[in-house]
Amino acid sequence: MDIQIQGVSKSFGEHRVLNELNLNIDSGATCVIIGRSGCGKSVLLKHIVGILKPDKGKVLVDNKEVARLTEEELNTIRMKIGMVFQGGALFDSMTVGENVGFGLIEHLKIPHRELLERIEESLCLVELCGIGNLMPSELSGGMKKRVSLARALCIKPEVILYDEPTTGVDPITAASINELIKSLHDKLKVTSIVVTHDMVSAYKVADRIAMMYLGKIIAEGTPTEIQASTHPVVHQFINGLAQGPITETLDHDSRIKQ
Amino acid sequence: MKVLTRFFISFGQQIFSFLYFVGGITSLALQTFYLTFLPPYKKDRIFDQAKKAGFDSLPIVALIAMFIGIIFALQIAYFMQRMGSEIYIASLVALALVRELGPVITALVVAGRVGAAITAELGSMQVTEQIDALETLATNPVKYLVVPRFVALSLMLPLLTLYADIIGIFGSYLICVYKLGISSSMYIHITFDALLYKDIFTGLIKTVFFGMIIAFVSCYEGFNVEGGAEGVGQATTRSVVTSFILIIMCDCFFTAMFYFVFP
Repeated sequence: MDIQIQGVSKSFGEHRVLNELNLNIDSGATCVIIGRSGCGKSVLLKHIVGILKPDKGKVLVDNKEVARLTEEELNTIRMKIGMVFQGGALFDSMTVGENVGFGLIEHLKIPHRELLERIEESLCLVELCGIGNLMPSELSGGMKKRVSLARALCIKPEVILYDEPTTGVDPITAASINELIKSLHDKLKVTSIVVTHDMVSAYKVADRIAMMYLGKIIAEGTPTEIQASTHPVVHQFINGLAQGPITETLDHDSRIKQ
Repeated sequence: MKVLTRFFISFGQQIFSFLYFVGGITSLALQTFYLTFLPPYKKDRIFDQAKKAGFDSLPIVALIAMFIGIIFALQIAYFMQRMGSEIYIASLVALALVRELGPVITALVVAGRVGAAITAELGSMQVTEQIDALETLATNPVKYLVVPRFVALSLMLPLLTLYADIIGIFGSYLICVYKLGISSSMYIHITFDALLYKDIFTGLIKTVFFGMIIAFVSCYEGFNVEGGAEGVGQATTRSVVTSFILIIMCDCFFTAMFYFVFP
């Protein structure tokens, strides 16, 4: 499934988060979207699954405009998209197993035994075999994130959206999550969109990297192209410099406000 | 001049936010009515909520109803003894409890106990993105979260009220029979004599609407939480206060309607 974002704008009150943003993601590719915290990366992901609707422009998934689908059509598309949330977003009234199997239990009538097998299989994929009976409150932050990934995998999606999958987990877990994203891409040909500001992870998993700044994509290319970019904003971000155009604009804005 | 301008601006904002609330809650109510009758029906989830809202509220409702019955009997006794007509305590208590006190007190207790819990639960789900997660798993949050709570509350509140009525009358019975010396059979006889089917019916029918008010207000406030733990706290307070006000207003409307239209 390919994803096209065409001229999407979105504002919350006075604050314009997305500003005529364009981005195409080819079927089977892994696209990493980088940008500062709070620049609207998660908002962009929520437009793809249709939780948020654009003020202007369109989001096409599999050549269908997400905002114009009926609830039934939207649900069919959503069952092909898995989303991994930043904090896991596990349902805390249910066990880990029920969380992982939620999509199957609610929408597909499959036999109990097969259901348990699918749940265990998804948990093993994220290296958490046999924890189906625990409650989410008994898990660490990194484990929650991996369970969230297992929940996304359990519906056998064609697209996976990752919202900061490696933020707040230890380097070893981060590396194993990166490996997992890569292997899903190689083995299952899943289309992936990874939102992150972790550059190590970005270089490791990306086919293409897109940099988001002030509600637009300001640069897009392969990891090598991005690394060689002379764009001052991209240069400051990927090298993690305290001084540069990003911080200067912020200083400028706050001076105007004063 | 500046003060006046500021006053009008804040007044305008208040009206605007009130209209926003009315619009939001109406839209939630319409969606819920529609989705309630749309299959699939998940009975377990309704049963689960009915247990939380109804069965688990039995002790607190019993305690409060018992005290209200005792207090009410004593207060009326104070006046009736001066008139020398203690025998009417039974009928007054029965009428007041069944027509008014039972339904309203039960609704307020449930709004405080169950409504607050619903807002806090849905609010926490909102801030931890669990409601977004439901949507990405192709599940309508209104169907999944609001419908069972709505059905459970509108069914459980009349039952809880009936239970509160009985316990309240029993509380008053204890005072009258063991303290004021009215005979037991006399008390029961007068109570049943005073109550008409109409009284019980008008008392119970409005609690269905009280249940709906609690469900819609608490779910609406929960869904619209912004800004973490503090936001959840504020929404919970707002949910209880709004439910209280709407329940009393709704009660006033029904009482007037039953008095003037169906006397």
